[in-house]
Amino acid sequence: MALAKGAPESGAAADPVASQAVVFWRDERKRGILAQVVVIALLAGFFWFLLRNFLIKQELSGAPPLSLYFLQDVAGFQLSFSLIPLTLDSPIGRLIAAGALNTLLAAFFAGIIATFLGLIVGIARLSKNWLISRIAATYIEIIRNIPLLLQLVFWYGGVLTALPKPKDSISILEMVFLNIKGLFLPMPIFQEGVGWFFMSIAVCIGLAIAIARWARNRQMATGQQFPTVIVNTAVIILLPSFVFVMLHDPIGWEYPIKGAFNFKGGLTVQPEMTALIIGIGISTAAYVAEIVRAGINSVSHGQSEAAHALGLKSSWTLRLVVLPQALRVIIPPMISQYLNVVKNSTLAGFIGYADLFAVIGTSQNQTGRAVECVIILMVFYLTISLIISTVMNVYNKRAALVER
Amino acid sequence: MKHLKYVVAGVALLAGMATAAQAGTLDDVKARGKLLCGVTTGLAGFGAPNDKGEWAGLDIDLCKGVAAAVFGDASKVEFKPLSAEQRFTALQSGEVDMLARNSTWTLKRDTELKLDFVTVNYYDGQGFMVHKDTGVKSALELKGATVCVQEGTTTEKNMGDFDKANGLGFEPVKFKENDQARAAYDEGRCDAYTTDASGLAGERTALKDPANNIILPEIISKEPLGPVVRHGDNQWGDVVRWTHYATLVAEEKGITQANLGEVIAANGADNASADPETQRMLGITGNLGEGMGLTITWAQDVIKAVGNYGEIFDRNIGPKTNIGLERGLNALWNKGGLQYAPPFN
Repeated sequence: MALAKGAPESGAAADPVASQAVVFWRDERKRGILAQVVVIALLAGFFWFLLRNFLIKQELSGAPPLSLYFLQDVAGFQLSFSLIPLTLDSPIGRLIAAGALNTLLAAFFAGIIATFLGLIVGIARLSKNWLISRIAATYIEIIRNIPLLLQLVFWYGGVLTALPKPKDSISILEMVFLNIKGLFLPMPIFQEGVGWFFMSIAVCIGLAIAIARWARNRQMATGQQFPTVIVNTAVIILLPSFVFVMLHDPIGWEYPIKGAFNFKGGLTVQPEMTALIIGIGISTAAYVAEIVRAGINSVSHGQSEAAHALGLKSSWTLRLVVLPQALRVIIPPMISQYLNVVKNSTLAGFIGYADLFAVIGTSQNQTGRAVECVIILMVFYLTISLIISTVMNVYNKRAALVER
Repeated sequence: MKHLKYVVAGVALLAGMATAAQAGTLDDVKARGKLLCGVTTGLAGFGAPNDKGEWAGLDIDLCKGVAAAVFGDASKVEFKPLSAEQRFTALQSGEVDMLARNSTWTLKRDTELKLDFVTVNYYDGQGFMVHKDTGVKSALELKGATVCVQEGTTTEKNMGDFDKANGLGFEPVKFKENDQARAAYDEGRCDAYTTDASGLAGERTALKDPANNIILPEIISKEPLGPVVRHGDNQWGDVVRWTHYATLVAEEKGITQANLGEVIAANGADNASADPETQRMLGITGNLGEGMGLTITWAQDVIKAVGNYGEIFDRNIGPKTNIGLERGLNALWNKGGLQYAPPFN
């Protein structure tokens, strides 16, 4: 390379070394470039082939050109569950949005279950208590070796069989009802002045964070401890309660009332959603548990011995010494697990939950816009996955900085 | 770089092949030596594997009839089970030659989806099934009821229309597959289960306690179910359409699988008292098959393979089967039904 730098134009012919210049396929660098060009050309050719094939078929079949205007058409079908209000006159786009929210809702709760249950099982798996560690191991092995769809159908079937028929509903104080059609809860109705109540909660949480920070800094500086937990609990409970009482019931409740077939009003938790969240949560937790175990095992044993030698009790050792170091190893594979939670939620249609995939399935069939619908699906899942990885990667960077 | 030339040539060749296979479906089927028929994933009486593991049903017999018309051999057909969601895409993309899969003929499907419904081999309508102990006697009493339904069907939309027209406020629970919808209804998750009335009769036989479930009298939609082909291939559409008509005319004329030989013998070309239409259909005089690109004896082959429409109906879904459907709208036109074939002329 020095050669090219020294004599850019005429040097090559004059230089004896360069005159023996090897044919290009014997030059490793050029060969490398050639190989890459070929691979790129092949790939481009392949995609060009697919696109061309699609366009030809599209034209031959006489199908209308791609467009998203069908999203404005009236859907004429309903979803069993939705976070946004829908009517039979809602446009397809709105139903698809509702389906997307349903996917995110289920994935969010399943992700939370997976994280906490996985953490607990992962730690239990390493317990010195033989029974606890065996139970955790059995759980992990059973769950990891059964296909998720089967688990979902099992949970759904299990949930349905376990719950009583509508006429034998379990009722708690005639306010909460449970039967095969779901869990019916009273729904809070916000009255005038409720804003003050929420504001007081926000202020107290801010206050609690400030106290915690102050206590931590003081402990760092002087070694004096402060009963943060007790004080903060008191702050967060007492002040808002006081505001609540002063406001004279700022929150009213709408109770579920029994109709001819179903309960009306209140909040309904569907068995389909419950089965989906439990199924995916419990299944993913098994993988998370193994990741947590690997992370904890990766922290040198000397670290916990040193912590014990300093007189830290076991729980503190885990919380203050082991877990922060294990996180570096845990976070990257956890990203994949969160992505899996979102992607696995597409199995919802098999147990009757109206997730995006199911809504798109219906829309596609009603409108015949298969290609557009598949594109919407791919863009949605790709976007969500990229957002999750970005957020987790940022978190990973912060955790990695702890490394010395 | 000289290798690249071959690569480009190869890719171009492959792309060229994609355009080649778009001739008439009839020629494709003949060249392939078998018919690819898209059928349901399992609906008793219409298309489901029987206890011997062979496909059987009203729609299956139509596929067999078409295979017999084309090849003179009803076994030259391969059944491709397709879900409600997959079916039209599979037909559009050429994965199957035709659908005989209890699909409802609608304007949108006929036009926007670029498909052609060629005839109606079963006139159906959507109904509701409820648990007997709910005491419901009419679909209009289902106000606020939870209804199990299969997703991706006209059923879903009809239910929406019926709901809107009568202000019923249904809570639909939708499943990817019929089986799951039925199972959830069976468990009591839903108050009602809805699909085509013929489907309800079939599905009821699969419930834990069939006797404890009743089908409500309301038929809330017109569901003309029929075979589908790709738009624009009229010759192939003709073959499928007239295969069905041949079974209708056979019933009209009293020609059955069993007496076919006698009918042919009794309708010889020089027999003055023979029925001219029977002669034309069976290829004894003239050559109606030629215009369709089929053999002269195509209709004989169809009847030999599957019998007439009445036989097909009785064998698969008639009152003596455990599906137990009456002819109703599907009786011949001269017996008060809608099944009517144009003349073989």
